Amino acid sequence: MFQKILIANRGEIALRIIRACRELDIATVAIYSEADRDSLHVRSADEAFCVGPAPQARSYTNIPNIISAATLAGVDAIHPGYGLLAENAHFAEICDTHQIKFIGPTMQAIELMGDKMAAKRTMREAGVPVIPGSLVPLAHVEQAIEEARAAGYPVMLKCSAGGGGRGIRAVYEERELVQAYHTARSEAEASFGNPELYLEKLLEGARHVEVQILADEFGHAVHLGERDCSVQRRHQKIIEESPSEAVDDKTRAALGESALRGALAVGYTNAGTIEFLFDRQGKFYFMEMNTRIQVEHPVTELVTGVDLIKEQIRIAAGEPLAFRQRDIVLRGHAIECRINAEDPKKNFMPKPGRVDFYHVPGGPGIRVDSCLYAGYTIPSFYDSMVAKVIAWGQDRTEAIARMRRALEEMVIDGITTTIPFQLEVLADPGFLRGEIDIGFVQAFLANKTDAGS
Amino acid sequence: MNVKEIRELVRLLAGTDVTELDLETEGMKITIKKGQSFHAVPAAQPGMHIVAAPTLEYAPLHPAQGPVAVPPSVAPAQAEQVLAPNQLLIVAPMVGTYYRAPSPEADPYVQVGEVVEQGQVVCIIEAMKLMNEIESEVKGRIVEILVENAQPVEYGQPLYLLEKV
Repeated sequence: MFQKILIANRGEIALRIIRACRELDIATVAIYSEADRDSLHVRSADEAFCVGPAPQARSYTNIPNIISAATLAGVDAIHPGYGLLAENAHFAEICDTHQIKFIGPTMQAIELMGDKMAAKRTMREAGVPVIPGSLVPLAHVEQAIEEARAAGYPVMLKCSAGGGGRGIRAVYEERELVQAYHTARSEAEASFGNPELYLEKLLEGARHVEVQILADEFGHAVHLGERDCSVQRRHQKIIEESPSEAVDDKTRAALGESALRGALAVGYTNAGTIEFLFDRQGKFYFMEMNTRIQVEHPVTELVTGVDLIKEQIRIAAGEPLAFRQRDIVLRGHAIECRINAEDPKKNFMPKPGRVDFYHVPGGPGIRVDSCLYAGYTIPSFYDSMVAKVIAWGQDRTEAIARMRRALEEMVIDGITTTIPFQLEVLADPGFLRGEIDIGFVQAFLANKTDAGS
Repeated sequence: MNVKEIRELVRLLAGTDVTELDLETEGMKITIKKGQSFHAVPAAQPGMHIVAAPTLEYAPLHPAQGPVAVPPSVAPAQAEQVLAPNQLLIVAPMVGTYYRAPSPEADPYVQVGEVVEQGQVVCIIEAMKLMNEIESEVKGRIVEILVENAQPVEYGQPLYLLEKV
């Protein structure tokens, strides 16, 4: 087992990893930018290194400074968290070169799944159903037109180098396609440094259903059920839950089996998530694979009782999985709300600021993952998520009731958050009936505007 | 000497007229000055660890159990140098190990009292076996060298205190 781990991340996920290390008696090293000097993750670690000024590229993704800190501190492993360097194959390789274990899959798996087209082709070859559309990047606009005709409108133009919901554009008619193609290429170049696009059929009314997997370095892999993440705003998840209302036991087994088959095909190790679109006819299609731990991992932790971060560490330390598929049982229902420092009344504009008073909800079935504390000033340089509130109940009704109770109890004074918006969603009749799909939030917001609220 | 004993010493001192105390014990030298923050100097031998003094006010989230590894950076309170209007700092632009000379046998790049020009190499920071020459971005006279040779430094860590010339 590792003696010391460096956490190459910040905020709530860094704290999450530090907590897992603490439970495993592993010493922790935090990294921070000058803007995060007072952050809770820095204070919680045994050692901490300032690795750069506020801008992310000069600190949290400053590989030389991070590796330098890791070697100075004498760590055995680095946990990259999510985002930042988590899916950076180059970083994984550099860790290898320095004999520091990268807690995640191999650099090859990261590279392969990072190339969205290559990932899709690999999955298709492995017999996993994929969304109708491109299997190679679009070389020119005529190819886009052809493929759109073959798949049938509406379609989505997506960036090959994208991910995390960024760089996606919907096209409803052929006459919009040429313009959309060229604009999307410019945006892709600007955002990801790679203008390549691919095209997919837009499955309207589909659900975003993803499967969590764990694979050790001995060829054993399990799936830990699905998460329904359909409640998204502009492709950013706001509310996630497990299990999905649309998935019965038979479908769960099929989804899990597909996910594992895909993971096997790429020789995957450690934690990962395979994202599917689940259409109204009950058919699912591979969308993409995330080769890292995800923001919404607590939802799976609460329904399965498995500590995913500790499992990541154990797998990386060369331990075989301590459980088999039959040991994974989903119990009850869990929901997570991502609390962002955004103003829902002003089109969710990010509003960082100082938290004057902070009161965390408690009671049965409530978990809060956050780096907030009274007196903390949220820096403006990073994403706006400030807390995750996760509720578990014996069933979906209880989970929702507990979540509403918790959000009503929670106090984050001094900043504006998305809590009022999430409370409205949690009271929505459609949501309560479990009738959610990836168009839910858009429709919900549109109804609100119509109702003049 | 452990943290408890140091605390006890400070407490004893507070109730007296003594304003300065120098104490040398096996592997440790402590200077306590009343009215200023005090600092304990790490022992020469590598195995010895002490908690840097300013952390007595700075509450870590978990209680220290026995010897605690010194965070490689300068403790937070010490890092906040209060600069006089004519003073400047040269800080580390990267994470690594600070060396004051190009090699162990060579003379240090700069000495206290020396005037340093903009662009002049003042030290080396080694990261992953690569020696990086660090240039001063300011001109000034070196008043104090704030780090020890072969000390790990983090981004932004003050290395030299200068006065404007």
